[in-house]
Amino acid sequence: MQASPPLLAVEGITKRFGALEANNAVDLKVAPGEIHALLGENGAGKSTLVKIIYGLLRPDAGRLVWRGAPVAVESPRAARALGIGMVFQHFSLFEALTVAENVALALDGSAPLDEIAQRLSETSRAYGLPLDPKREVWRLSVGERQRVEIMRCLMQDPSLLILDEPTSVLTPQEAEGLFATLARLRAEGRSVLYISHKLDEVRRICEAATILRGGQVVAHCDPRAETAASLARMMMGGDVVPIRHDHIEAQGPVRLAVSALSLPPLHAHGIALANINLELRAGEVLGIAGVAGNGQDELFAALSGEELAPHDAAIVMDGVAVGRAGINERRRRGAAFVPEERLGHGAAPAMRLTENALLSGHATNGFLRYGLVERAKLTDFVGKVVRAFDVRKGPADPEARALSGGNLQKFVIGREIARKPGLLVVAQPSWGVDAGAAATIRQALMDLARAGSAVLVISQDLDELLEISDRLCVIFMGRLSPAMPTAEATRESLGLLMGGAGMAA
Amino acid sequence: MKLVMEKRSETPISLMLISPMIAVALTMISAAIMFALLGKDPVAALQTYFLDPLSDSWGLQEVAVKATPLVLIAVGLAVCYRAKVWNIGAEGQFLFGAMAGGYVAIITHGSTQGPWLLPVMLLMGAMAGACFALIPALLRTRFGANEILTSLMLVYVAELLLDYLVRGPWRDPAGFNMPNSVMFEPEATLPLLMAGGRLNIGTPIMIAVVLGFMLLMGRTLKGFEIRLVGEAPRAARFAGFSETGLVITVFMISGALAGLAGVLEAAGTVKQLQPGISPGYGFTAIIVAFLGRLNPIGCLFAGIFIAITFIGGENAQIMLRLPLDATRVLQGLLLFFVLVCDSLLLYRFRLLRGAAA
Repeated sequence: MQASPPLLAVEGITKRFGALEANNAVDLKVAPGEIHALLGENGAGKSTLVKIIYGLLRPDAGRLVWRGAPVAVESPRAARALGIGMVFQHFSLFEALTVAENVALALDGSAPLDEIAQRLSETSRAYGLPLDPKREVWRLSVGERQRVEIMRCLMQDPSLLILDEPTSVLTPQEAEGLFATLARLRAEGRSVLYISHKLDEVRRICEAATILRGGQVVAHCDPRAETAASLARMMMGGDVVPIRHDHIEAQGPVRLAVSALSLPPLHAHGIALANINLELRAGEVLGIAGVAGNGQDELFAALSGEELAPHDAAIVMDGVAVGRAGINERRRRGAAFVPEERLGHGAAPAMRLTENALLSGHATNGFLRYGLVERAKLTDFVGKVVRAFDVRKGPADPEARALSGGNLQKFVIGREIARKPGLLVVAQPSWGVDAGAAATIRQALMDLARAGSAVLVISQDLDELLEISDRLCVIFMGRLSPAMPTAEATRESLGLLMGGAGMAA
Repeated sequence: MKLVMEKRSETPISLMLISPMIAVALTMISAAIMFALLGKDPVAALQTYFLDPLSDSWGLQEVAVKATPLVLIAVGLAVCYRAKVWNIGAEGQFLFGAMAGGYVAIITHGSTQGPWLLPVMLLMGAMAGACFALIPALLRTRFGANEILTSLMLVYVAELLLDYLVRGPWRDPAGFNMPNSVMFEPEATLPLLMAGGRLNIGTPIMIAVVLGFMLLMGRTLKGFEIRLVGEAPRAARFAGFSETGLVITVFMISGALAGLAGVLEAAGTVKQLQPGISPGYGFTAIIVAFLGRLNPIGCLFAGIFIAITFIGGENAQIMLRLPLDATRVLQGLLLFFVLVCDSLLLYRFRLLRGAAA
């Protein structure tokens, strides 16, 4: 099958960011007229690789071979000149300009606008992606904007089109339209590099796949010959870490009940929550797995009260409906929250630790007296957290941004646990944290649950969830699977759910 | 090869204090060059600008009188800017305060008045400034309109309204058709602190405001909220603070202080309403706020410094025949250098060579 030279060959590409090896000797071949999937979990190195191919990053080692000849792709402009086009997950369109103007801006020539508009409307119809060239971009839906991005690439007549998670912003119907377009591109002999983590989709439209894990290629395969389960296993890694067996079946009272919670997306690229139901009892850790961008941010915002639920009864804490209550009222009822983003969300980077203690504790911890902030109490509290969680912080009261990621995370989590909350909702507890800090944090979460609190952990780290959760569910496209006991969960079954297989779309 | 700016991890306090002083020094050097180019002796010019105003009681009082409105407005603006809310329209809020307070003085003119009159005027002035500042705040929170543009444009509304009032309904009937109101009755003017000078109770009021805002910003939850919203809006949401409510609050605070400054100026220094009641205090206070590092005490010192350049500029105009615009250039240079020094504090500049990092 590989008689003709591949259109693009990636040979031994390595890219480091400090200590992190984002790509390690990655090889990949895309044949002409092939739709090639690049599969992998978050952080597997997919984005780094395509940024190198598109000239946005320079590799530390390895080379790109284009139509049999080695090339140095210095910039996206150089990539376009070769015939590589890319559609990013986040669009780069000028909202106030029309579709035709946006396309004209990207073309290097200087054809008259009318001519471009004319060509655009013909080409877009031919590809089954109809567009009105005269409409302003701000009037378009997300799916239509993606069409503009794709058309903008196609107008440059590329031989290779890179699509980064294209269906993540599309409705199922729009996705069908996109697949038809891809089939047409293939028929014309163009190649597509298709980045995704959705297994069903990849099996349907791609005839080759490269699977990345931890920056390395773990397999080249034909996804049509694989099952969703085997792809999931390759993506997640077959190496089985010992799973704890003391998962308990909590019999305590229900601390948190979410019923029929729906919520619109937080922003243009967000995911709507659809009919979320869950129940969390005192004494247990419930894990929510899922690939990033499947509604985790929205779920966290809804649970914390940063985003209010449509009905009061959608969220019940300790028997009290709090769906319409703000975050501080929920805190006063014994809830505590740790968001995914430490700097800028959980903590203010340029503020001191004492001020960051005030940030989440001002409603509950009695830091105020006669309307004035009691500095001594804050200092005592920070000292307590620092000792309990072994936060290495240098000077007496440093700014949050001066702490390392692991130490800041220990502080942010310790700050909440020190209050002995009845309910703790935490997102990505050990994201970007060294192994020692991660172990401390996980132990603290389990201890908190064993002491009678209810702990909800939203994480993309399956190992972490398997280690600390008593029950698990998976969030995919804003929907939550029913919870299963961790003892019954396998990597394979979770991977399938995370890829959307077997879940009502 | 390209120049990149990297954020420093932590900025030492000593540098933060030194930075405005470096800016002042650079301004003086630039000013000396400018004076030399204008054909004046730079040393004499600098002395006239920066030292002569401090050499006698008259000069010192004038500096205090000038500094009072500047500091009052700047303290309010500093609160706004800390929250990253950009009120550029303090000039208009100042004029509204002057008009509202002046209105009370004008309608009571010639009738019997009591000790309640001044407090009422001050209250009206502050309230009018706050209400006028509420307009850009609501336009931003309701419609997402950029508050920089709306607050700035409302300055012209206030200026033209004052112009109309003192030429029309509020014109002094015995004023030979001059565009100004009646002179305020003694009960409607601020008591002087010492005989024979111009220093009035506006200055102690200003100092009390500075101290009050030190407490507000440093020790209260509201002050923390203001700083947090500016510093990390998402974290502020996580802390349960409402950004909408805060935009309205800080606009009204700064409007109230600008309005208070306006009525103090009208009742203290000018003693009537007239179109040129403010020599651009509301705009100059923006420089004062930044020069003072958006800190109330810093604003006090910065306000005094800028006031010195005003008085010095008048001296230079008379004694050295330097144009008044030279003073404006000086103030502009100062703001420029303050911002440059700040970027150097917060960022490290690095030259990257070659394509690969």
